[in-house]
Formats: sequence, C-alpha cells, structure tokens
Amino acid sequence: MKKRWNRRHITEAIVKGCMRISFGLVAGSLALILWTIISQGFPSLSWEMISQPPKGGFYLGGGGGILNAILGSLYMAGAGTVIALILGLPIALYLETYLGDSEWGRYVRLSLDVLWGIPSIVYGVFGFTLMLAIGLRASMLGGIIVLALLELPILTRAMDEVIRMMPQDLNQAALALGSTRFEIAVRVVTRQMLPGIITAILLAFGRGIGDAASVLFTAGYTDRMPNSLLSPVASLPLAIFFQLSTPFAAVRQRAYAAALILTVIVLAVSLGSRWISSRLSKYIVK
Amino acid sequence: MTEPTLPTTNIELQSRRQAGWPSLLARRRQDLLAGRTFFIFSLIPISLAAFIIIMLVIRAWPIFQAHSLWDLLTGEVWKPEQGLFGFMPFIAGTIWVTTTALILAVPPCLLTALYLSEYASSGLRTFTKPLLDLLAAIPPVVYGVWGIIAVVPFLQNWVVPFAHDHLQNVPLLGSTNPTGFSILAGAIVLAIMVMPFIISVIYEVMSNIPSGLKQASLALGTTRWQTIRWVTLPQAMPGIIAAIVLGASRALGETIAVLMVVGNVAQVPHSLLDTAYPLPALIANNYGDMMSVPLYDSALLSVALILLVMILIFNIGSTLVLRRFVGKDKL
Repeated sequence: MKKRWNRRHITEAIVKGCMRISFGLVAGSLALILWTIISQGFPSLSWEMISQPPKGGFYLGGGGGILNAILGSLYMAGAGTVIALILGLPIALYLETYLGDSEWGRYVRLSLDVLWGIPSIVYGVFGFTLMLAIGLRASMLGGIIVLALLELPILTRAMDEVIRMMPQDLNQAALALGSTRFEIAVRVVTRQMLPGIITAILLAFGRGIGDAASVLFTAGYTDRMPNSLLSPVASLPLAIFFQLSTPFAAVRQRAYAAALILTVIVLAVSLGSRWISSRLSKYIVK
Repeated sequence: MTEPTLPTTNIELQSRRQAGWPSLLARRRQDLLAGRTFFIFSLIPISLAAFIIIMLVIRAWPIFQAHSLWDLLTGEVWKPEQGLFGFMPFIAGTIWVTTTALILAVPPCLLTALYLSEYASSGLRTFTKPLLDLLAAIPPVVYGVWGIIAVVPFLQNWVVPFAHDHLQNVPLLGSTNPTGFSILAGAIVLAIMVMPFIISVIYEVMSNIPSGLKQASLALGTTRWQTIRWVTLPQAMPGIIAAIVLGASRALGETIAVLMVVGNVAQVPHSLLDTAYPLPALIANNYGDMMSVPLYDSALLSVALILLVMILIFNIGSTLVLRRFVGKDKL
C-alpha cells in the first residue's frame, strides 16, 4: 500500500529529523571534547610527567612532572571514598532492610538528595571553616574529610538505589527461614548487591578525584610529594588549573596533558567498574 | 533422606546451641543493636545538612547586621576594603550564565531524550546509556580546559570581531569586551556539561510513562509524534520541567569550569559577550586569603549561603516532583 503523505506525516518527518540532528549535536559535541583533550594533551604527555614531582622553575617551563598531584589525588579520593563507604554502607543497608518506605526513610533519602545537590564549593567553604574552628591548616587530612563529605551522599544514594532493586523473593525467602533483618542486610543484601555496590563506590571515587572546588581551600597545594596527613597536598584538578593560569605556552601544554591524565583515570575507573560488576554479576541470583 | 525438623524440645535447642549456633535471643539482641547503630548512622546526613546551613548562617550573620539584605542584594559596587559589598554583579552573572546555558542545553537535550526513549532502536539505546554515564563522569576541570582550548579562541577569533563590526547596537550581543572570555563561553561549556545529566533524567521520566497510554493512542492511528505531542508530553511535562530545574541547580553551583572561561570582572553584564563573575567563582577566587579585611569573610560566607539557598529551593522542589514521577523505587 502506498503511503499517503499528509501534514501529520510531514510533521513526523521534520520532528524526527530535528531529533536526529540534536542527537548528533549532543554526541558530536561530547566527542569533540574528548578529541580536543586527547589531541592537545597527547603530544606533551611524557614519562617524565607521570613519574616525577615538579623540579625548580616548573611553572616557568622547567623540568619535572606532576606525580605529586597524581598521587595526592589518588590518596585523597581513595581515603575519602573509604570513609564515605564506612559511613554510607550502614545507612544504605538501614534504608532498605529496616526502614523501607517509612516516614523516617523518606526524610533520610531527602536529606541525602539535598546533600547531593550542595555544590562542591560550598563543601569547600564549609570544610575550611570547620578546619579553622578546630585549628587545622590546609592539609591532606582536610582534603580527605571534605571529599568524604562530598562523596557520602553520592555513594549512599547510589548504593540505596541498587539495593532497592533487590528481588523481593530473596528477601522473603530469607525472612521465611527465620533470619533477622540484620542477617538479611549482612548475609543476603551485601552479597547479592556486591556488583552494584562496587559500581557505586567507583562512581563516588570518580567524582571525588575530579573535584577541584572542594579541595581548593582544604587541601592547599604544594610541589612536594604527599608525605604527611597534616601538610598540604597537590591534586590533579588544581594542578591543571594552576598550570593553565601561567602565561607560558610550555606549561599550558602540560596542563592539557594533565587534563588528559585525569580524564584517562576517571574513564578507566568508570569502565573498570562496569567490567567488575559484569564479571561479578554472574554470581548473583537473577 | 531425612526431613529437617524444627527444634521442638529444649534438649534439641540446647544441642544446637552447643554446636555453635547463636541462640534466638542473641540474634534478636544483635538485630536490635544493629538497628540502633544504623539509626545513629542515619542521623549523619540529616545533621550534616542542618550543620552546614546553620554554620553558614552563623558565620554570615555579621554582614547581615552591618548591611540590610536588600542593600547587599542590589548593591552594584564590590569594594571590600571600603566596606562596600554589593552582590548584584555576581548574582546577575550567575543568572546570566545559568540561563544562557539552559537555553542552549534544553532543546537538544529534550529532543535527544525523546529520540532515545521513543524512536531509537534498542541497540542504540543500550549503547548510549552507558556512554552518557561515562560522559557525566568527566571532571568539570576538563570541561574548563576544553573551554579554554576550543570555545574561547573560537569566540575571540570569529564571534567577537563579527559582533564588533555588525552587532554593536543589537541588545544582548553588542559588547566592548575584546576577549573570548565571556558569558557565552561559560554558557557553552556549562550547557555541554549538564547535557548528559539532563538527558538521563528526562529519559528516566519518559520511560516511566505507562506504555498502555502510548499504545492506546497509536492504536487510534496517530503518528508517533502526535502521540508524543498529545499523550506522552502532557503526562511527562512536570517531570521534564523538574529534570531541567535539577539541571539548573547543578549549573548554578558549578565552579571551576565556569570560573576558567567567564573572565571574572565584577560588573553587571549587559550582553552575552560581556565578562561575568558568578557567585561560585567569587568564593573560589577570594576565600582563604581575606582574613584582614573586616566583614570580608562574613560577606563571602553569605554569598555561599545565598547560593546554597537558591540551589536548595530548586533542588528540593524538583526532587519532590520527580519522586512522584520516577516512582518510589527509583528516586
């Protein structure tokens, strides 16, 4: 049967065309970003950059690398994620196994959403004021605390969403066998939901390592390697930011390379979490 | 095979206990104790949120006593050394950048999300969803670097000269700012940054519209667009608006990516090609090294408070709307 074209079919075609174009636009602009970072960053990437701390005159174009910032970021985001996990896992388990859809559960979830919405600069300001109050200078410890606070809502909420997807049959089977809620939380939920929990952890880690505004005041910046909890520490986002603000072309080139390193780390974490969770998900009850 | 039996006698219970099984009472106690401990943990997010807000209010209080809120919000001069704290340039800068970013981001996001949820093949869908998550994970500072490498030079070499020559008298585009560091640059970077987020949320809303509605409409012989226009969109509209508002609240608080490309000059902007100085950039550039100037610290914390209040209103409102949409098991 021949299709009769009338106005609504023309509209359909136009709208579909517009949608395709905007899909292409969105995909294209995001691809453009990745391509720009890779093409600008790759030429100035060198082994020296990844393996050495800055030498004298680094910001004037001198030798050395940004190992201090890479390690600083990994340490802070790593420790921050561990603290956030220690605080967040009990909350996520509590929300599902004990609270369910109760009133208090809704309040806790709302407060987590509110915390998730607070911009990182406010976390930075809050953290710095808190540190002033207890007499702590800009230091790795401060950075760790602020990143832990920043990651807590992300991690908890992501775990909560994963845990809520747990098949109800499993829950009920465990209850029918006479297990307590705590036993369900520890022995059933954490095992069944391990792939999702790992994804959530790596998601939070990725957010933590990429955040600049929160560590700007709290962790400070230094050219030395991170060696103490109580001294300032460099971080990758700030290394990029500070190198970009110098007028020297060579230093700015290195900022592009540093941005590439950060992007690679974040994408590797993100892809890695997918890989791990798909590997692990064959052990769970479908 | 013998059937497992429930322990019916005391002797049987006792033998189980001796075999290393915790008693029922012990397990009950453990359960209750864990519940109480968990409850204490669940106080953390609520008290943290309250603590952040209370602390900002307390630290911002001196400036609200020295100047009236109205004077602060409408003052156009920012000279902390002389005791002049006008937030107007910064609030205006934030509103300009965020609004422009949303105007740029919303149409393509909406169309893309509709395309993904209503038209795209399941292959494209399963491929795009993880890609969006991946792109949402790219740190802001990388978007800022992209802005400096690509957007600012593009504006400086092409758009700004053109605007100077031909659009000088056009409102919103005529500007004397010769560089590419401008509201438009910030808005472009910000728009692309929030795109993956807004698309994911709208997509989530769309896929929670009952498919029976769509099928009923299609069965009546409508085209897909007619179904979207008259059935799906009216259903999804509050959710879509909430998604956009949530995106706006993300954009409002974005610091480093915007800070890198908007120029940071404390003046009230009048054109897309003017420089701006948004609220988060003001805090990031000045906080930490202003302890000697009286009230400066308090002024910056009040800026943080104003920013936070704006974001919380957007955020809580849209979260509550979305919760109705995406169902209780998602948000």
